[in-house]
Amino acid sequence: MAQSSLTRSFNNEWIGPALVSIIAIAAISFFQPSFLTPFNIFVLLSAIAVNMLVALGQLVIIGIGQMNLALGSIGGLVAISFAAMMELWGFPPVLAVVCGLAIGVIAGMASGFVIARTGISAFIITLAGLQIFKGINLGITKAQPFYGVPQSVKDFGNTSMFGPIPWLVFPTIIISLAVWYLFARLRIGRHILAIGGNRNAAELSGINLTSTAIWAHGISGFLAAAAGMMLVARLQLGHPTIGEDWLISSFAAPVIGGAVLAGGQVSIPGTFFGVVIIAIITQALVVFAIDPFVVQIVLGGLILWAVGLNRLREVRVAKALENVK
Amino acid sequence: MPLPHVTPASDAAPVLMGRRSVIQRLMFSSEFGLALLIALTFVAFAAFLPGFTSTFSLFTIGRQIGIDTMIGLAMMTVIVTGGLDLSVGAIGVCSAMAFGWLLERAGMPLAMAVPIAILFGASLGFINGTTVVRSGVHSFIITLAGMSIFFGVMIFLTKAEAFRELPVQVQGFGKWRFAGVISSLLVVSAATCAALSVLYRFTSLGRRMLAAGANPRAAEISGVRTGRAIINCHMLTGGLAALGGLMVTARTGAAVPSMAGQLGQDWLLPAFLAPVVGGTLLSGGRVAVFGTLLGAALVNIITSGLLLMRVGEFWIQAFLGFMLLTAVLADRARHVFLRRRGMI
Repeated sequence: MAQSSLTRSFNNEWIGPALVSIIAIAAISFFQPSFLTPFNIFVLLSAIAVNMLVALGQLVIIGIGQMNLALGSIGGLVAISFAAMMELWGFPPVLAVVCGLAIGVIAGMASGFVIARTGISAFIITLAGLQIFKGINLGITKAQPFYGVPQSVKDFGNTSMFGPIPWLVFPTIIISLAVWYLFARLRIGRHILAIGGNRNAAELSGINLTSTAIWAHGISGFLAAAAGMMLVARLQLGHPTIGEDWLISSFAAPVIGGAVLAGGQVSIPGTFFGVVIIAIITQALVVFAIDPFVVQIVLGGLILWAVGLNRLREVRVAKALENVK
Repeated sequence: MPLPHVTPASDAAPVLMGRRSVIQRLMFSSEFGLALLIALTFVAFAAFLPGFTSTFSLFTIGRQIGIDTMIGLAMMTVIVTGGLDLSVGAIGVCSAMAFGWLLERAGMPLAMAVPIAILFGASLGFINGTTVVRSGVHSFIITLAGMSIFFGVMIFLTKAEAFRELPVQVQGFGKWRFAGVISSLLVVSAATCAALSVLYRFTSLGRRMLAAGANPRAAEISGVRTGRAIINCHMLTGGLAALGGLMVTARTGAAVPSMAGQLGQDWLLPAFLAPVVGGTLLSGGRVAVFGTLLGAALVNIITSGLLLMRVGEFWIQAFLGFMLLTAVLADRARHVFLRRRGMI
């Protein structure tokens, strides 16, 4: 009995956002039939593909009970390095992608290393990281974009695989499945969640806090790097401002998807529907020609609403656990 | 989301260290080290960089120190609770825009617009504080949402247009110098520091804020209404952020929506840099009011010196990040050193 109510609470976390997404799509396409034209779907899916990776990048760090303010600046640094390597050094795109991912992983691991070894709060270290990576970005670009992106990369970001499905969706699906596998099956994923759930218990049961934190930040950097390079493909240039606006949405999507901010509990389907909801709202504002800045207000409101809901669910789970005792 | 991970034991330091000599105590205070560092960098830059000590250069450095100090104080007053406020920039810009609207559209006299704008900032802080206390969710996520909402509403209402037709006294105040060198904005910040010192040291309101931050449970048991104290801290943060916004308005002579960047994010680094360099504990319960002023001074003196040395403007940003990193690492090292010597 108690067991089933527990399972129900855990299942809840992504069913809610999924229902909201479906209702929102139905409602908007009822009032504005042009919402579901192939072109709009293409734009919507491209945005979802990039933002999903950004959200996963934050989700990994939320899982371990920390936060990563430097996510956007790592993505931006990789984006301009990716474009610069192809324009200035003539790297073939595949090599540039590999180097870009390496930069992301190294940048993430560097912040993870400092956080884990000093025990200083992740907030302040990643704030310093944000400034450092952003500064290197501006120092390299002098705030000017790199335009020399090869045609193959531009095509990848702006053509469809089949029907209205963009190619950008392809890497996102593979990476999302990999992250799901990581949390569900791999030891490193279980360790991340264990530390997020109860740091002391995790340490006592022999989990290496330092190396797990470094790996988590490395994975986060990898995801930010992938998202940054996909944005270069989509925008067709390496713009130094890429990543500046990731902060709010990177937290909003996992939180809407039911991630507990104290760590230890993440939901990848939930995060996916969180990303979908944000993309639908942004797109709806364009379709209905509403001031795009309203999206900021709506995002803030959504975070508060989701945090409230998660809080209620925590209380319910706590009560269910008490009944088990 | 466990934010700060700094030793709570350091809070007891002033009591135990009382047994040591006054000189030793002074030498290990973060303010002393900072003052020494400021003196050294200032002398070095003054000796090797012509133009660094010109009246105008000193005036602009002082003016920026004044603004950064105010932004740092705004964050410091909420760090006291062990929390933080990501929306300081958004509150600062919103208050500055409200100030501009009151003067330009509502035709309000300056003497009324200033206090109303500050109260407006405090009321935004009240919204943050109440939500944090009522929901029990960490202030990081509440103020993240707040930053998005405040900034979004402001842009929506102002249509992202600046108020440029402000009374001449506003810009006049920003240009005013004391003794030819000291900016009026620096004087405002120094006065605010003095007022905050009195608040934390001599008033029960300030003591309640510190107690609620150092150990909420103990404070609650000894009769402090911690919820109310935390809301008061957020209101103070909002008011000081508003004052910071007004100071930036006085410097530029206009209330511009983009003065703190996208969502007010550009204020985040100065907001944390000054208090952390100044020795405020991120875990709450301990403030360094004048340390924040010294922190802002050190950061700005080094930044101006590097700019005069023609280090690219863009690399300065990366440098500031390294400076924050160094400051927290140095603070950590100082704690370890003091603990080994048995001084904490």
